[in-house]
Amino acid sequence: MAFLEINDVHKIYGQTVVVDTFNLQIEQGEFVSFLGPSGCGKTTTLRMVAGFIVPTSGSIVINAVDVTRMPPNRRNVGMVFQSYALFPNMTVAANVGFGLKVAGQPARAIKQRVAEMLEIIHMTEYATRYPYQLSGGQQQRVALARALAIQPQVLLLDEPLSALDAKIRISLRQEIRTIQRQLNITTIYVTHDQEEALSLSDRIVVMNQGRIEQIGTPFAIYNRPRTRFVASFVGTLNVLTAEVVDAATGRIMIDGQEIHVNGILPDHPDPSLAIALRPEVISLNGVYGQTANHMQGTVEDVTFLGPVVRTRVRFDQHTIHLDSFNTPQLVPPRNGDSVTVSFPPEACLVLSDTPGAEV
Amino acid sequence: MAPAASENDMRHINFWSWLWIIIGAIYFFVPLIATLLFSLQAKRDELGFTAYSNVLSSPAFFNSFSFSFWTAVTTISISALLIVPTAYWVHLRLPRLRPVIDFITLLPFVVPAVVLVFGLIRTYNRTPLTDSRQGLYVLLVGSYVMLSIPYMYRAIDTGLRAIDVRALTEAAQSLGADWFTIMTRVIFPNVYIALLSGAFITFAIVMGEFTIAFLLAQPAFGPYISLLSSSKVYEPSALAIISFGLTWASIGVVQWISHSFSGQSQITGPR
Repeated sequence: MAFLEINDVHKIYGQTVVVDTFNLQIEQGEFVSFLGPSGCGKTTTLRMVAGFIVPTSGSIVINAVDVTRMPPNRRNVGMVFQSYALFPNMTVAANVGFGLKVAGQPARAIKQRVAEMLEIIHMTEYATRYPYQLSGGQQQRVALARALAIQPQVLLLDEPLSALDAKIRISLRQEIRTIQRQLNITTIYVTHDQEEALSLSDRIVVMNQGRIEQIGTPFAIYNRPRTRFVASFVGTLNVLTAEVVDAATGRIMIDGQEIHVNGILPDHPDPSLAIALRPEVISLNGVYGQTANHMQGTVEDVTFLGPVVRTRVRFDQHTIHLDSFNTPQLVPPRNGDSVTVSFPPEACLVLSDTPGAEV
Repeated sequence: MAPAASENDMRHINFWSWLWIIIGAIYFFVPLIATLLFSLQAKRDELGFTAYSNVLSSPAFFNSFSFSFWTAVTTISISALLIVPTAYWVHLRLPRLRPVIDFITLLPFVVPAVVLVFGLIRTYNRTPLTDSRQGLYVLLVGSYVMLSIPYMYRAIDTGLRAIDVRALTEAAQSLGADWFTIMTRVIFPNVYIALLSGAFITFAIVMGEFTIAFLLAQPAFGPYISLLSSSKVYEPSALAIISFGLTWASIGVVQWISHSFSGQSQITGPR
């Protein structure tokens, strides 16, 4: 039995299904991110784990205890909010010690634990300050310390970095991950930022329209997206519509040019299917050799992005983007050049429209 | 040319601003100064505090003043206990009802005090509330609580709008707090200043209220001022100045306390 289990959870408001058949098992100490666009149900699911929303059906089990209908103040679940939610009338130390005081712990133990937590977030000297005297990043670190001070069974973070500027976001997310590993605390992190999810998580749950699209490691989610949605949401991706020539040998046709993909294609009455290609796996003027796929096209645009040069190539109906590393030897093509792009068959991802797969 | 024109415009604006400030000040201060001067003329051809000492040495003044003072304190306490949780719950769980609640809180402005008190007397006629002095006092406090609703509710509502009620509540809940702890340790301290401003307006209203206290035959400060006006010449003016001073002292206390807590009441969160 997993440490945290979300079993067949649904949340329905009137006629609207906000969360649909959500199933997830999380192990002790695991860091799982819920990733998806706004309104996909990720925050609703998190709030059901926190106890602020009661599921319409299904169950939530933490450490072998069914908490589905348990009030939030009895779940021992720490939560960090996007808006920090620090108590404005309390100092940093009082904020961090609030949960311990509520639990009736002796003053000495509270003082010691608060000092420990402030040390972990490197804010010992800020103990007597009020929240309004802190920057956004500092406030969020205090909120994290406050949530962790009660030694919760599960830590929930609801887009904790989205209100911060880019630089602080990166440093704070590394800090969150370090602290999470240090304390080995089971964590659910809600975000719509794929970079955050990819860099922080042991596993990512990609959600769309209340349903799980795919569950997997960051590597699997990025490299082996199972659905068109996951492929388009995570990273930059070229999605091409192809016609199946021979399903058994993996031969397909894109804009009149035949290529092949690895493995046997699904036997489906509809001969068209979606193929995805990451820009970084496509090469200009062939480094992959004869066994790779080659397609002829015309350069439409070349964009210099610093470490990479992005080239847009048009075939007949489709255009694709490809990224080349910016090396001193690179000679970027010019608009209107005829070029051959190549990519290995295993780089072609065949997309499904059926969500719910775990990789 | 342009800077000169702009300077002329500024002078023009300054002139009109000062003119309206001076007119406003005259309108406000002249009656006050006149009342003050009149109250100092109790002795012929001599300015002095005779009227003030007459008022302050009267036991009726202290009795009525302390009666109204404690009535005000009781009213404020009941209002706070009633309105803070109500406003909090509306913010947290019933935000759609806010326009309805806003309308209800305005009713005391629409219903005249005379109508209110006769309505209460008729409704509670032949009950212990109208048969005894204590019962009438309960009706008096109840009426004052109703009168205080627009001021208290709006002040507290403004205070609650300044904080993220839902996030603070959920943060406290996730840290193990029950509703009582949330109210007493998170919500009340954060609407404290707003509550105080509502409380002092209520205080000022209760201290000067006449109609309800008179019709319920209560020995309050308002009826005492009225009684004094009909029997004395200079003392009512002295009493008006004393009342005015008390009101401003109350507002001064609010300002002072607000200033003392100004840091803590600042809004936090993303910025």
